[in-house]
Amino acid sequence: MRITRPRDLSGALDGLDTYPQAKVLAGGTDVMVGVNLDHHRPEVVVALRRVEELNTWEDRFIGAGVTYARMESGPLPALAELARTVGSPQIRAVGTLGGNLGTASPAGDTLPFLAALDAEVVLASPNGVRRLPWDEFLLGPKLTALQPGELILGVRLPEHLPVQQAFAKVGIRQSMVIATVNCCVVRDPDGATRVALGAVAPTVLRAHAAEQLVSAERRPSEATLDEFQRLVSQEVSPISDHRATEAYRRHAAGVLARRTLERCLTT
Amino acid sequence: MMVTLQVNGQTRTAEVAGWESLLWVLRERLGLLGAKDACLQGECGACSVILDGHLVCSCLMMAADADGSRVTTVEGLAEPTDLHPVQRSFVEEGAVQCGYCTPGLVVATAHLLEEHPDASPDQVREWLAGNLCRCTGYGAVRRAVAAAQLAHVADHPDGEGTS
Repeated sequence: MRITRPRDLSGALDGLDTYPQAKVLAGGTDVMVGVNLDHHRPEVVVALRRVEELNTWEDRFIGAGVTYARMESGPLPALAELARTVGSPQIRAVGTLGGNLGTASPAGDTLPFLAALDAEVVLASPNGVRRLPWDEFLLGPKLTALQPGELILGVRLPEHLPVQQAFAKVGIRQSMVIATVNCCVVRDPDGATRVALGAVAPTVLRAHAAEQLVSAERRPSEATLDEFQRLVSQEVSPISDHRATEAYRRHAAGVLARRTLERCLTT
Repeated sequence: MMVTLQVNGQTRTAEVAGWESLLWVLRERLGLLGAKDACLQGECGACSVILDGHLVCSCLMMAADADGSRVTTVEGLAEPTDLHPVQRSFVEEGAVQCGYCTPGLVVATAHLLEEHPDASPDQVREWLAGNLCRCTGYGAVRRAVAAAQLAHVADHPDGEGTS
């Protein structure tokens, strides 16, 4: 096996250019599981932990190499909340934002946050940098718009960030659990609300009808909240698998979105 | 390829095949059997070590990517003839049954004392969420951690860390 350990972005892109078959490695929490279980054993690895540009977090740009541990102690409330629900301290010390995006699991915990904020994914290649809206980057389960030779540089959040934001997750334990359903809600003082849910569709989705309903009211009534919950349950399209049934996920999505919204309303 | 690590304060080199984990290299190349090989998926924490100041699962760290790093394993927490305060509290509380998870729990707890010595009981539970014991449960472990925290505070009256 050949490994390159670049210290900057141009070195990383050179590595991918020279070895198109290379596997990129960040924290290793997904890649090494596959290796340990003998699922894959790539010939060439481009290891990204030392790439300075990826470890940058400047205002609205969060580099792909930023770990969950850094998100946990960062300034964005919902991002900190979701980071705390990922794995254990051992996982959060090394697992990265870019890894969550690149793996593109339907249950990825950063993805509802990025979708709720309408974040862009920033991609770098030898041809330059391009930005894609989150829903043009995430195309399906474990499927992204990343092209060969391209690297996830990070995410760009919009200038305006709602102060009211919350994340919640249902799973079989408090910690160390892949989401059965996860949810992020952000809300502005004028009522404008965005709701994103994961693990209930092929990729993270926005509950547009529910958003529209609840955005129209400054102080949503109990009846509105009931209807919000019902709409969310209707808008998701979950499957049954070893973690939960379709019916459970549909029910849980509505309950979770409502509770997450209620937390926004009281902050 | 050749990998050089600072393991428990000593420079160690090992010939490493592609895709070997740090855990494999510690155990099979360097003869350090403290970190345990169990789930190999980052679920159980039995392979916990401290890498460049971070608590990590060594099974998920590619050895070739750890080249040049500092690693502390359970063998390096104290001098060979002595016990680390966390090891002592685990012994005194009997926080061991089969012992397989113990090195990981001890390393994770030792790192907790460095990073968050005044962690509340809930924070301790959250910190150790990724260290599984399948023998009995965690009551004695929690008592051992609490005792280690008290000993740590007594040893560091002005609140500084141990390193």
